[in-house]
Amino acid sequence: MDLLLQSCDLVTAFLLIYGLRRMSSPATASSGIVLAGIGMLVVTLASFLYVFGVSGDARAHLPVNLLLAGIALLLGTGWAWWGGERVPLTAMPQMVALYNGLGGAAAGAIAAIELLVHPDVSNVRLVIAIAGGFIGSFSFSGSLIAWAKLEGKLPKPWRPRFLQIGNGLVLLVAVASATAMPALLPNATLLALFFVCSLAFGALIALPIGGADMPVVISLCNACTGIAVGFEGFVLNHPALMIAGTVVGAAGSLLTLLMARAMNRSIGNILFSSFGETAQAAAPTGGQLKPISAEDAATTMCYARKVILVPGYGLAAAHAQQKLYELAKRLQEEGAEVKFAIHPVAGRMPGHMDVLLAEAGVPYEMIFGLDEINEEFPTTDVALVVGANDIVNPAARTDKGSPIYGMPILDVDKAQQVYVIKRGQGKGYAGIENALFTADNCRMVYGDAQEVLLHMVQAIKELASQR
Amino acid sequence: MNEGTALTGFLAVYLFLLAAFTGYEVIARVPAILHTPLMSGSNFIHGIVVVGALYALLHATTVPEQAIGFLGVLFGAANAAGGYVVTVRMLRMFHSGKPAKLPRNPS
Repeated sequence: MDLLLQSCDLVTAFLLIYGLRRMSSPATASSGIVLAGIGMLVVTLASFLYVFGVSGDARAHLPVNLLLAGIALLLGTGWAWWGGERVPLTAMPQMVALYNGLGGAAAGAIAAIELLVHPDVSNVRLVIAIAGGFIGSFSFSGSLIAWAKLEGKLPKPWRPRFLQIGNGLVLLVAVASATAMPALLPNATLLALFFVCSLAFGALIALPIGGADMPVVISLCNACTGIAVGFEGFVLNHPALMIAGTVVGAAGSLLTLLMARAMNRSIGNILFSSFGETAQAAAPTGGQLKPISAEDAATTMCYARKVILVPGYGLAAAHAQQKLYELAKRLQEEGAEVKFAIHPVAGRMPGHMDVLLAEAGVPYEMIFGLDEINEEFPTTDVALVVGANDIVNPAARTDKGSPIYGMPILDVDKAQQVYVIKRGQGKGYAGIENALFTADNCRMVYGDAQEVLLHMVQAIKELASQR
Repeated sequence: MNEGTALTGFLAVYLFLLAAFTGYEVIARVPAILHTPLMSGSNFIHGIVVVGALYALLHATTVPEQAIGFLGVLFGAANAAGGYVVTVRMLRMFHSGKPAKLPRNPS
């Protein structure tokens, strides 16, 4: 029986890594996740073979435990499957955060049980179990906060003055209770104190971070859950868990670094400095916002030779990707050269906007990244910004006081004419004034992206029929 | 949990080391377009934690253990299932049959 169990673990470890490998190329990605899914199914089913290894006290509880396991599996799988199918692609990042947090909680639960039941293991195991429990709990509460923020349930970053002190205090208590564990375990009160502090620490770290930085936080929590799972795998002596967890931990850390680099910020800067404090110091831009109607903007675009479309999260929030693509096609029919420019962190996660445009059917060839398109803006007649703000803010290039200074941006301000479709006069996600909006060559088209684009398409249709 | 795969001392450290390198290499040189699906995919993969939780639950002898184990399995299963569905849905977008999967050519 042991041999069968171990073979299943081995097959799973292979399938998970190979699946992840295939996921890292667009052509093979779909088959990669299916392979990994098969691996997961195998290892989950195989884990019921544990019942043959159960001995002593646990044997009497086996029927109840099996029932509980079945219910938990069905409930968890059913709920998550249902939720995952239903959620719109725009809300994907917070869903990833939520599921990731649950994984962290599961790792924390394993740690709790191990510390509760087997405190007599070697010190190394104890330390690893504690570390895994801490990281898992941290990831759980951090991810939940990230989820709540992106869902809009926590609109403002919360930054009271005592936060730093509270943070340090909580961490101190967590470490202190962890150090006391080898001597005092099993002790339920101590364990509870430890886990409460770990959870609080994760929440306090995530609370003051602005929504624009949340993708990095989610990615970091993802890596943390991986590490926690790897640690608990070591404690349980389960190689598949160790390998899968560690692979995700390393891959997730690298992804986090790549994301932070795309925003030109360090992880430490994101975690420990708050966006808002410097934002107030940024110079007011002055100047007037100049509104223009959708029809007039469309007329100009109709006669343009080259148009670059710059989508941001606002486009996705208005579910207007299809309409934008329709506009692009219309403009192409009018003879314009049309390109989509995508900032690495457009949307809520790197690559999020690519997914959303792909969903709308925009061909890959029309989509260009930051490095490829930036030098084309000076030769562009019209740049149309739809629901994007911080990623086109020229302050990132010029204003050293700006919190986003140094972040690579799309140089739309260098185009002949810029139109910005925006819902209202509010600030962007990072809460910063945007000098682009008051620039001489920029006009604002206020309204819901979906409606504005509809008007633009209609206006172009009419113009075309008059010719 | 069993003698055959007992990972002790440095053997475990080697396993951590190699797995970490594997994870790093698998992700390095990935186009930005796949960052989100990959994050979701790796999120799914650490859903394997459900197996550890199952192990803990099946060996539980007291009510607190059973309660925590139940929650662990519940959360772990949600992590795995949710991660899978979300990843599949995202990757489906790259599979619409268009010849649009060529690497982005720097022009």
